[in-house]
Amino acid sequence: MVAVREYEAMLEAYSRAGGSLEALRSKDVGNLVIHGNKVLGVNEARGIKIETQETETGVNVHFLVEEGAKISHPVHLCFGVLPQQGLQEIVLEVEALADSEVDVIAHCIFPNALDVTHRMNADIVIGDHARFCYHETHYHGESGGVNVIPHGRIRVGKKGLWQSSFTLIEGCVGTLDYDFEVFGDEKSVSELLVKVSGKKEDEINVVERIYLEGKEARGLAKTRLVLSDNARALFRGETYGNAPFARGHVDCLEIVNGDGVVAKAIPVVCVNDKRAKVTHEAAIGSIDSKQMQTLMARGLSEEEAVDVIVKGILR
Amino acid sequence: MLEIRDLKLTLNGKPILDGLNFAVEKGRIHGLLGVNGVGKTTLANLLMGISYPDKGSIVFEGQDITRRDISERARMGITLAWQEPARFEGLTIREYLRMNRHLSPREANNFLWMVGLPPADYLDRGVDTSLSGGERKRVELACVMAMKPKVAILDEPDSGIDVVSLPHIMNAIAEMGKRGSAVLLITHGEEAVNVADEILIMCAGRIINHGPPQAMCEWFRGNCSTCKHIGQPDLEGA
Repeated sequence: MVAVREYEAMLEAYSRAGGSLEALRSKDVGNLVIHGNKVLGVNEARGIKIETQETETGVNVHFLVEEGAKISHPVHLCFGVLPQQGLQEIVLEVEALADSEVDVIAHCIFPNALDVTHRMNADIVIGDHARFCYHETHYHGESGGVNVIPHGRIRVGKKGLWQSSFTLIEGCVGTLDYDFEVFGDEKSVSELLVKVSGKKEDEINVVERIYLEGKEARGLAKTRLVLSDNARALFRGETYGNAPFARGHVDCLEIVNGDGVVAKAIPVVCVNDKRAKVTHEAAIGSIDSKQMQTLMARGLSEEEAVDVIVKGILR
Repeated sequence: MLEIRDLKLTLNGKPILDGLNFAVEKGRIHGLLGVNGVGKTTLANLLMGISYPDKGSIVFEGQDITRRDISERARMGITLAWQEPARFEGLTIREYLRMNRHLSPREANNFLWMVGLPPADYLDRGVDTSLSGGERKRVELACVMAMKPKVAILDEPDSGIDVVSLPHIMNAIAEMGKRGSAVLLITHGEEAVNVADEILIMCAGRIINHGPPQAMCEWFRGNCSTCKHIGQPDLEGA
């Protein structure tokens, strides 16, 4: 009975956060709902195997996409802690076997957190010619009482594709320690995107590392941070071209929109093969005055212009 | 409709505008010619409220707007197409055009067609670095038209535009005049001059001559192209 109430509460929070209830209730759509250290719902769509094991502090998940499986509907993950205090540690092992294709949409929900820690350690293996797209969106309350620690290590096989986004623009971040690294094999494509809006006393630490290990591997580490009030952020983007004709790029934009903001960016580009090429661009600054003037010349107020620019950057 | 009265501006001790006087009228296209560095873009910025003059006044429909800010002027019906328009991450052309909240989807399509951009190919594209310089300028012009402005200040809308697209730009500017906008067209190009009703020639921070387009073009070629005194022209010859 308690589990049912928890499940309904999670679904309600998930729905308020913009998640699709229809997707979670459909038998054709793979999904997994975890509240704290309890698995409240799991559905294996055709071509997907999801095994879970509850632990004292969280859940261990093994997620398998079968060889050659083309999953037509995105798989939905819903993780969260609804009480004000809590700890959730997710250990996620993913195997996307050769020639498989899947999109995963994850919602992480902490609407009432005053002292909640959400930690995810992901070990992900993408097979040859496989495509795995992972999009994680966080929904936090306004208290800033969340400590989010997503760490991931991804290996992408030959001609494989890893594409991920991490979005945290609703509510206060609290503290974020994002650390993902990707190892790309021959002709693989790896893309990491992080979008965060920091405010109040938020502390944001983003590390993206891409190792281009195979010939003609490509990688992009992209981050967009908008900071206001007293938010502090450090971005470190590293790309290593370790193979012939590997191509990588680090792209960081931090918009500073508050007197107490501290923003740092450290792009690292490294080449260990003379035929590889990696580039970077990093910009930190206030909102571009010409963009502001342009939008104001269309009749927007200063505040509306800032809003349009910031929403665009975080889109 | 818009009157510029004795406008003066000095930057770093150098007079940029030195007693500038002229007016733009409803439904007329006023071409503004001048060699590089005479203060044309500075004037555009002053008219839009991006910067303010030291002296003189800008009067719009009888109201002194000299100290009003950009948004206020835009809401009164004045807008500007920049020579090098800004680019925006995450903003589509559709959204950019619909800054005018009263614009219908059909009108948005029409304005894109007018500048030679097929809506189906462009509406969902970003106003970002994926657009070429020429495309971005055409989008800017479409957006200015979408504002249905009373006064449109166009800062070199024809520069960097290929010869195939240029007629679209010129037709669009002419259309703005027909629809009742007062257009101040800052340009170097003679094609642009052909759509103007009147040409103003600017030098050393003043309007030194004005009149019909062809006559003024010839005068400009004969006098200003040989002017060696930017900032100190031979006004006696004007």
